[in-house]
Amino acid sequence: MPSLAPSRSRAPRRIVAGEHHRSRHHGRRNLRAYLFLAPFLVVFATFIVTPAVFGLYISVTNWSPFRKRIDFVGLANYIDLFTPGALASQNFWQSMGATGWFVLWSVPLLLIIPLLVSLLLNQKLRGMTVFRTIFFAPYVLGVAIIGLVWGYIFDTQSGILNHLLHSIGVAQDIPWTVNTPWVWVSLVGVTIWWTMGLNTVIFLAGLKGINTDLYEAAAIDGAGRFQAFCHVTLPGLRPVMLFITTTTVLASANMFGQSYLLTRGGPGTATRTAIMYISDQGLSQNNMAGATAMSYILFLILAVISIINFQVQKDRTEGRGA
Amino acid sequence: MSATTSIVTRRRPVRRLTAVIVLYTVLGLLSLIIALPLIWMMITSFKTDSDAVQHPYSLPNPVSADAYLSFTSGQQPILRWLLNSFGAATIQTILILITASMGAYALARMDFAGKKIIFGLVVAMLMVPPVVFLLPNYLIVRELGWLDTMLAITIPGAAGSFGIFFLRQFFIGLPKEIEEAARIDGAGDVRIFVQIVLPLVKPALATLAVLSFLNNWNDFLWPVYVLLSPERMTLQPGLSMLQGAYREHFGIVMAGAAIASIPVLIIFAAAQRQIVDSVTGAAVKG
Repeated sequence: MPSLAPSRSRAPRRIVAGEHHRSRHHGRRNLRAYLFLAPFLVVFATFIVTPAVFGLYISVTNWSPFRKRIDFVGLANYIDLFTPGALASQNFWQSMGATGWFVLWSVPLLLIIPLLVSLLLNQKLRGMTVFRTIFFAPYVLGVAIIGLVWGYIFDTQSGILNHLLHSIGVAQDIPWTVNTPWVWVSLVGVTIWWTMGLNTVIFLAGLKGINTDLYEAAAIDGAGRFQAFCHVTLPGLRPVMLFITTTTVLASANMFGQSYLLTRGGPGTATRTAIMYISDQGLSQNNMAGATAMSYILFLILAVISIINFQVQKDRTEGRGA
Repeated sequence: MSATTSIVTRRRPVRRLTAVIVLYTVLGLLSLIIALPLIWMMITSFKTDSDAVQHPYSLPNPVSADAYLSFTSGQQPILRWLLNSFGAATIQTILILITASMGAYALARMDFAGKKIIFGLVVAMLMVPPVVFLLPNYLIVRELGWLDTMLAITIPGAAGSFGIFFLRQFFIGLPKEIEEAARIDGAGDVRIFVQIVLPLVKPALATLAVLSFLNNWNDFLWPVYVLLSPERMTLQPGLSMLQGAYREHFGIVMAGAAIASIPVLIIFAAAQRQIVDSVTGAAVKG
């Protein structure tokens, strides 16, 4: 790997040295750098770069574990997904719709609730660290434990939530994990319970980073609490807001465990998310070629959303910043 | 409740006190909502099946350890899963720390041919969501004969570019004089890196370690597909199997959840400052 090509940013002290000496020096320098990089490059090339390229290749072939000969099929797998009426496209876009629906409900709630909670926690009062610890705790548990505990809570016949509702006068059993729209309430609710602590502590760190002089200045200008919030807190949180929106959208768009464990994608395929459909098609149904095409479409859509989100928030910051 | 309160108290004591009480009440109720499912989990794990169904929110009567004892039969090797999870997360974290710190040091501090290309690739791959790697990586891991082994759940996950990207910023921020002084003293590359540079970025390494560990610990989709035999499983796929097998046995299911969550909650309680600082540090500064 070490190349003898002179690098553009050569060390000024060496310029006086002869051509031969310099290339040998460069060779040694390259070797040294690549020795440090080698462990990373080996895994990075094998499990990141190769699969990214390999996946793209599979998606333009009729790749199948049972096929001896693999043929190039061009964009056929992609075109299938955009052919209305085809089974693959119907199922795929339905799962994308389910994912979008989940993102639409979970992301705003996962921004607003943690923001409010972080404002409550941002007080110089005793016990705030204890509350912060409690709110964050579910996040370290992992989705399987969430599935076990909430599966029990949500169980239609013997779950404690319905028991509790009975005791306060709700007559019917609510099918939390069986019927729409309740499945969505459950999935979004569980996700909030599980991950709101993460966003809360990030907002809290953002709040602590806002210069307190700004609040004093606002108070001198006669700003009330709400005005101070709008004109000092929110603009101060902008970089953190961009980070949280981006990561929360991505996390929600990649939702898998909650549906897999609590609703099994049901009722029917109503809560089957894109990740669930793609992994099932590729790994269980042997539709590897179609599934890789789907994963690239999902990637493109997420990339577009990220770019739009980034632009919108950046424009707003610049508009305000002056 | 000392300094800040007393200043304000002089101005409008009643309103301030009311606000504090309301604040504590709201936070207390929220904590209860967050904690109740876990408290319920603990209580139910000591109940018999019929007790769990008939008296869902009373204390266990009789107090029964049957659910816990059922795990000793070896059919659901939950302690094994716990160990596997700890092992996998630890191995992967160490791998990431080694590969990312060495690579990031080269990217931050050395000049070499191809540097721009490699850094460009690292940044580009940072944008690609994991689902894109999922299917081809499954084929690669199967080709390598790693299915159903520890290798499958430790090595591919260590390849991501977050770590190297994250550490690079910290190495760039270090003053160059420190290394130059060491070089004049005759220290070689490896010694400078291990004895001088790494100790200076300890907080960043700790942050990366916490994030990597949590990431592997919480990973669900990948182990569900690459781990097959019960004794090789980690907690996440193992517990989801348990959920399928004992759907109506609430006591056993909750005992499983309790065994799986208590060690993690204890570690979290002990290291909560470090963990919270890590996740926020990566967000606010990174």
